[in-house]
Amino acid sequence: MTKQVTLTIDGRQVTVPEGMLVVDAAKLAGIDVPVFCYHPKMEPVGMCRMCLVEIGRPLMDRNTGKAVLDEKGAPKLQFLPKLETACTNPVSDGMVVLTESEKAKAGQKSTVEFLLTSHPLDCPICDKGGECPLQNLTMAHGPGRSRFLYDEKMHLAKNVPLGELIYLDQERCIQCARCIRFQDEVAGDAVLGFDERARSTKIISLSDPEFDSVFSGNTTDICPVGALTTSDFRFGARPWELDASASICSQCPVGCNITFNTRREAKTDGRVVIKRVMPRQNEQVNETWICDKGRFAFHYVESKDRLNRPLLRKDGKLTRASWEAATKSAGGAFAKAGKNLVVLASGRLSNEDLFNLKALADQVGGRAVLYSNMGGGNLTSLVGAGQGTNLGEMGRGSTIVVAASDLYEEAPLWYLRVKQAAGRGATLIVANPRATKLERYANYVIRYSYGDEVKTIQDLTKKSRIGDAFVKAENAIILFGSEGLGLEGSTALATVCARALHDTKHVGKPNNGLIGVWQRANDEGAWEIGFHPEENLQAVFDRAAAVYIAGADPFGDGLLKIKNARRKPFIVVQDLFETETAKNADVVLPAQAYTERDGTFTSGERRVQRFYPAVPALEGTKPDFVITSQVAKQMGVILEGTSAAVVFEIMAEDHPSFAGLDYAALAEVKSQWPIVGRGDLYYGGTTYENKQGLGAPLSNAAQRAEKFSLPRVQKVAALRPRERKLLAVPITRLYDRGLTLSGAELLEGRIGEAFIALHPAAAERFKVRPGERVQLRLDGVSEEAPLRIDDSISAGVVLVPRSMGLPIHKPTEASLKSIKKAAGR
Amino acid sequence: MSHILLRHRDIPEISSLNVYRKNGGFEAFKKAVTKMKPGQVTDLVKASGLRGRGGAGFPTGVKWSFIDNKVWPHYVVANADESEPGTFKDREIMESNPFQFLEGVAIASYAVGANTAYVYLRGEFWQAAQFLDEKIAELEKAGLLGGRLFGTNYSLRIHTHLGAGAYICGEETAMLESIEGKRGQPRIRPPFPAVCGLYGKPTVVNNVETLTNLPMILANGADWYKSLGTPDSAGVKVFSLSGRVRKPGNYELPFGTTFRQLIYDHGGGVQDGRPVKAIMPAGASSSFIVANDQVLDTKMDYASVRTLGADLGSASVIVIDDTVPLDWVIHKTIHFFKHESCGKCTPCREGTYWMMHLIDRIPQSGYLKADVDLLLNVATQMQNKCLCPLGEFSTMAVVTGIERFPQDFRKA
Repeated sequence: MTKQVTLTIDGRQVTVPEGMLVVDAAKLAGIDVPVFCYHPKMEPVGMCRMCLVEIGRPLMDRNTGKAVLDEKGAPKLQFLPKLETACTNPVSDGMVVLTESEKAKAGQKSTVEFLLTSHPLDCPICDKGGECPLQNLTMAHGPGRSRFLYDEKMHLAKNVPLGELIYLDQERCIQCARCIRFQDEVAGDAVLGFDERARSTKIISLSDPEFDSVFSGNTTDICPVGALTTSDFRFGARPWELDASASICSQCPVGCNITFNTRREAKTDGRVVIKRVMPRQNEQVNETWICDKGRFAFHYVESKDRLNRPLLRKDGKLTRASWEAATKSAGGAFAKAGKNLVVLASGRLSNEDLFNLKALADQVGGRAVLYSNMGGGNLTSLVGAGQGTNLGEMGRGSTIVVAASDLYEEAPLWYLRVKQAAGRGATLIVANPRATKLERYANYVIRYSYGDEVKTIQDLTKKSRIGDAFVKAENAIILFGSEGLGLEGSTALATVCARALHDTKHVGKPNNGLIGVWQRANDEGAWEIGFHPEENLQAVFDRAAAVYIAGADPFGDGLLKIKNARRKPFIVVQDLFETETAKNADVVLPAQAYTERDGTFTSGERRVQRFYPAVPALEGTKPDFVITSQVAKQMGVILEGTSAAVVFEIMAEDHPSFAGLDYAALAEVKSQWPIVGRGDLYYGGTTYENKQGLGAPLSNAAQRAEKFSLPRVQKVAALRPRERKLLAVPITRLYDRGLTLSGAELLEGRIGEAFIALHPAAAERFKVRPGERVQLRLDGVSEEAPLRIDDSISAGVVLVPRSMGLPIHKPTEASLKSIKKAAGR
Repeated sequence: MSHILLRHRDIPEISSLNVYRKNGGFEAFKKAVTKMKPGQVTDLVKASGLRGRGGAGFPTGVKWSFIDNKVWPHYVVANADESEPGTFKDREIMESNPFQFLEGVAIASYAVGANTAYVYLRGEFWQAAQFLDEKIAELEKAGLLGGRLFGTNYSLRIHTHLGAGAYICGEETAMLESIEGKRGQPRIRPPFPAVCGLYGKPTVVNNVETLTNLPMILANGADWYKSLGTPDSAGVKVFSLSGRVRKPGNYELPFGTTFRQLIYDHGGGVQDGRPVKAIMPAGASSSFIVANDQVLDTKMDYASVRTLGADLGSASVIVIDDTVPLDWVIHKTIHFFKHESCGKCTPCREGTYWMMHLIDRIPQSGYLKADVDLLLNVATQMQNKCLCPLGEFSTMAVVTGIERFPQDFRKA
């Protein structure tokens, strides 16, 4: 245990761990030392001079090394003539800190006065007004009136885009460098810097494209003034008009805790709308951060194109119908289909939705199919991350393996936390066929060839330097993804990872186990509930009598087509939008967005977390689990269809991993460090305090000490492309054309066009140049895309991004030619 | 008396290696490396009473002894930034007596166990940097720098590094940042460079003039050096004399020389025979000393100058006569500091900007008392709150100017 140090702050005795800074020790004791540049998640720099305090240290006798005592027998204190910064001085035994002495208060007051000399004081039109540290600290510590002449204020640009997502108001900036330091220290994308000096000092973006980081939005949360604002929220509302609803981000398997800020407004016909997404503190999940996808890509739930009426196919056309007629039609078809019913659902749905869907399938003996082309969820049920796992605590002695995943693009917060763990001394092994950002922080980088995943992981358990780093680690986590893999390949990879962890006894305990970098927010929950993906979806579809597709668009994704219109199954689609799949449906059921209802998601780390309704439901829609229960009712099956909480309780009885959990348990909170929240804006930023629940981790079979055997690793025949052909492999990008990004106009530039990438030698071989549009023939489909170069891959490979309109779901043989040539032929 | 530092004034062509060596050059360094332990060199320098010539006057040997011997490698950085207005001594040393300076760098490096040393020059000194590069190359060719020196295991390389024209980079931690390729802004101290300096390693930063003393101290001994100057301030100092004197320039004199001797005996007196009104003993960051006979007869050493309410600093003596109004002088210093504030800490960044507005409008507004009071108040408010000493420096002339020469801030 760390040594404890006892000091006195404003007459209060405080005992804190050695090495803690005075400002944090004060905070722990409930004493607010005002700060601007200091942030508890970053190294102190002491530049704003707001936290000036008096610090007395016991006078030590140089000869005896003991404290010198005064006539009363108390240790004599030595104060420096200068005020000291509470943010740069670590605590020491016997220290006496005065934060409210006249001298300290005068120092703090003078800093506020200095800061305000060049501040525009445009609070009435400032987005930060109402949640602004400068505003609050001015009220608390500043002088009441200005001695600086208004006409002498420096006028600077108020409208400087630092990239398309974040705007800088140079007048409001107080040069605290929190944004610069966040990008450098926390995000690892050092893309901001200062330009000029003295009073002309200004923040600039150093990258091309500007502000090239997926964490950029966080800088607006920690900006202690209104200098940095998001293009999304800028001039959109005043903070005090906003309601706050707790939720979970649905963009990836991390499960970041978020807060939806909503407002009823005239602009949108008096509807309550989401104005912004803010991080909500959960130190075990996302700390106080979220990525830009989570922050800016929520607009799809408010799309004008949302379905708001059930539809029934009548005379070949989808026409409006009542809920009664639509559910009756669906229920009738499902009852008739019996064991030939296929329920196809995705991890976009909540645990409760998936549980009811699975229950409906089970009732008639049908199949529950997960809409995904990544395998391994059966293994995380057995040897997933143990309860108590916290990437934020892993460090020396721990080893983290990231295999076949580009975490920066697939799960940004995991990237950030794994990077931080490596910074604390954890051994990081990155195994990926191409270069990724995470490699910069890795102790060992393994670049294998696409197709060599299994062998690469098997080698980890063998005797070697890297092998020892894994095998002998006190704790070990493997995060596996689906870089370059389809269902078959990722299943094999997951299996070999599970075996490696199991064989080295890195399962069934905290900070050990397997984590899937899934493609959707609740894939882990779907697997847990009993959904499994199918390699050949088309075959399953073709054999079915009826299919119930929820939260998935296989037709739009090119994974299903109707081969024979007369022998096709009865199709029921439940979704937010009239997708390509819905257009082929016999019944369409309009679902509620997750922002309109309550429910739970299970993160890749197996943490079940609650989301709450943020906005009133779109009229005419129902939550998925309710719709399923109404369809079931038409089949004579009773499923809980009123309360998500009750569905969860039934599920908890049914599934040992969920045992003992209920909504109340998931809503439990405990105190977290650093302290954040509305009253502590100046300290932690505008991130929300977590009052609505930290969620709870699911148990796994290994931790329950159940007997189980891991499956054998299935040999996957490596695809060897013929001569003059390429091996096309899928890669994942954060910003893609997926449904959850539709309507995020702000991100349009970042999504860009689907590109493909080749090794420079391959480009030469095919006589194509970077930037040139090329024709790629995949699975019999020809698509055009601009070419990029990636010299970290092998020459026989072409990288194809998922969900960008190119039909790639697994490693596939492809041919490529330049368009110029194609046109010439 | 012959010069100790400005030896080029006595020995023609000392900037050629041959001449320098004929006059005992690099014997001191050779003696240190072949006959002395690093600790002995440090002890000798401690005993000599040599104090840092950059301004702070900290005992050089003591500074070296703070270096952390548990962490390696160590670095030596020669501070050749010389940005203080009124200071121009290091330039003359480097341009005219370069080998003695480089030998000093070498001795300091040996004393603290550094195998790499940097000479950090302000950007405007690019010609001096080129010149030093040539001299360093000559030394390497002559086997006086490089690997396995004098047949020992000790090796040393010296590199020059040019700044980009910022006053702040004369502050040692900002200088280290600048060498590391970062923005030149001061670091929080502690930790001091001796513990965590260049690239996070123990580092000694010494001024050019300080280092140039070392060969002579090693050659002639600590007692010889101590016998020059005063008990408190041993040795000689190059005084950069400027302002309203007839013969401005660098004067190498023992500590303890009086202001009067410097200004009248060496500097040829004040132009037009005017009386001295004020003295800035340490360049633009000085306090003003109200000149009178007693002041003029005060010895220039660290302790004596302090009795006048000022610091000797880098001994850049600016002489102000009765034709110069002090509000004009502080107008200059404030504009300088407003321009040169690095912008890192609030009081300096905002305070210098505020002071600039005040000093700009004070003469225009007819020396409004409220404005003068506010200027004094703003300057005082900045004191003891800045991140580095340079912020404090910007206030010295302002506070002492208004307090000691109130008549210059009143309507005539």
